[in-house]
Amino acid sequence: MSAPTGIDRIAEAFASAQGRAALMPYLMGGFPDMATSLAIGEAYADGGADLVELGVPFSDPLADGPVIHAAGVEALRAGASVAQILELGAALAPRLPVVLMAYANIVYARGFEAFAQLLRAHAISGLIVPDLPLEEAPELRAACDAEGIALVPLVAPTTPPERLARIGALARGFLYAVSLVGTTGERGALDAGLADFLARAAAATDVPLAVGFGIGTPAQAAAAADAGAAGVIVGSRLVRAAAEADDPAAEVRGIVAAMADALAAPSAETVR
Amino acid sequence: MSAGLEHRYGPYGGQYVPETLMPALAELEAAWLEAKRDPAFTTRLHELLRDYVGRPTPLYLAERLSEAAGRTVYLKREDLNHTGAHKINNAIGQALLAKRMGKPRIIAETGAGQHGVATATACALLDLECVIYMGTEDMRRQKPNVERMGLLGARVEPVEAGTRTLKEACSAAIRDWVANVATTHYILGTAAGPAPYPALVRDLQRVIGEEARAQLLEREGRLPQRVIACVGGGSNAIGIFTPFIDDPVELIGVEAAGEGIDTGRHGAPLTVGERPGILHGAYSAVMQDADGQILEAHSISAGLDYPGVGPEHAWLRDTGRARYEAITDADALAALQRLARLEGIIPALESSHAIAWTLAHGGSELDLVCLSGRGDKDLAEVIRRLDLGRGGAGEQGVDASVPGGPAQA
Repeated sequence: MSAPTGIDRIAEAFASAQGRAALMPYLMGGFPDMATSLAIGEAYADGGADLVELGVPFSDPLADGPVIHAAGVEALRAGASVAQILELGAALAPRLPVVLMAYANIVYARGFEAFAQLLRAHAISGLIVPDLPLEEAPELRAACDAEGIALVPLVAPTTPPERLARIGALARGFLYAVSLVGTTGERGALDAGLADFLARAAAATDVPLAVGFGIGTPAQAAAAADAGAAGVIVGSRLVRAAAEADDPAAEVRGIVAAMADALAAPSAETVR
Repeated sequence: MSAGLEHRYGPYGGQYVPETLMPALAELEAAWLEAKRDPAFTTRLHELLRDYVGRPTPLYLAERLSEAAGRTVYLKREDLNHTGAHKINNAIGQALLAKRMGKPRIIAETGAGQHGVATATACALLDLECVIYMGTEDMRRQKPNVERMGLLGARVEPVEAGTRTLKEACSAAIRDWVANVATTHYILGTAAGPAPYPALVRDLQRVIGEEARAQLLEREGRLPQRVIACVGGGSNAIGIFTPFIDDPVELIGVEAAGEGIDTGRHGAPLTVGERPGILHGAYSAVMQDADGQILEAHSISAGLDYPGVGPEHAWLRDTGRARYEAITDADALAALQRLARLEGIIPALESSHAIAWTLAHGGSELDLVCLSGRGDKDLAEVIRRLDLGRGGAGEQGVDASVPGGPAQA
């Protein structure tokens, strides 16, 4: 038996959530500093996360709202490098599958094959590139496939049906549904058309559907799961906690645990 | 693809944007392909360019500049356009297109403020809501343009991120577009960004080169030996280059060397020629570190203060069809003063880079230089720099630094 690939580990994480949605908190690597971000990642695992999305800070993050943007700027100012973020991923990988979130230029800078090999060497399971749409992805997908790394594509509420089907068919690991038309960040309410969009997205793919952007409370997480998501990604809420709390690890552990509880609870009680 | 616009120039270009925007880029491309073949649209655009913008702009034989340079130099007077720069050619075209697409809200980024003013102007004319993103450092450097945009009814959104200049303004505009794409058209100001923008902006700016080529043939009965334009994102350059692409004419793009290429404080990704990368949706020449983090550019001129460049320029460089060199802040500033004294024309600091290059480089009998904009917006910054340069001397001092200039051809 060969070791499980990154794709296998992600599939296993979704399967072992056993009927509830998998919880995937987002971690800004190197924010507020490398040591604290490792502690935050550990706290995610302690709090009941099923996977972790590990963000590589980037100078020009076009898909991110103010909270994650500012955290990335701060991480870079504190000296975070791509090599250090990969090490952070390797340190967290024994606890839970790590899906790296990196903007396209970070991947291009090392080259597709080299980057995919680095991910595997650091036991990282998947890769999300928020500014690499379908048309630009084939070479990187091939490089990731060769290393067993899941290149996770994104779909948005604006994605037309025919395009949704093409993206869904090429998804590896899971399909990342952007819950709203906008950048990352907390919102007061989920998009009214979310259930409809998630149903369309789920029908377009064979891999699990995870939803992210704009999910900041346990109730919103549970509602997103109710609306049809097999996975829920929480970002800005946790990054904000890391920025504001005196003890970031303890704070985010509590938030993640509350989210995990909400996802485990029977939906009718949690949401309605 | 044959019916569409180019997405790639050699390896450069592409569409590196969040998925949310992909349908909007497809919609924009389809709308432009349809509009540019629709006589009602092209006639309306032509009328506005003629009656409102003031096209064709003059081609001016700069006799005293020619004498100083030791060759015949013609200036394509884009500074005489309404709003004072070539930016209006693109802004009017895209605003008309937005109207046609039924998008009531316009956003744009601006560095020097010229594109912001042009966009605010087009939006006032066509009754469109207008939001302009501008770095706060540029708002300081280009105050008159901020005030102009306000008078024209646009809202200027200050951008505090990073070095608070053009790169961050562009990122902020793209984020706004991601959030408001259903109602909003993004009027990108230069021939960069994701496809179809590089082709769309080039199509709208090529009028510069088409006019200049015809005007010069009429005046001189021959083509220029060299066509020279400044390059930030590269829209005035691609506009004047394009009609000369198949001619035996040297094409020279002049980037910002800032405080000097070797200081790292510049805006010259084409001249430096390191590993390409992705910025603002396109793969092209870019200033970046080994990890792929985009570096901050530096230029005295806000319009050239940008670490990336349009993808077609990267390809023109690689194929050898165009040549790219860089001019320092100091030489651009001296060229601005020189043109003011020689010709009574105060050029924009951006355009001053092209003037400086021409003054400093022989090897031609007939140069065509794109004078892409006028320098009124730069007065405060120019005076501040000149005062600093001579320890706070007043106007008398301005004269002293002029005669040498960068002009030893």
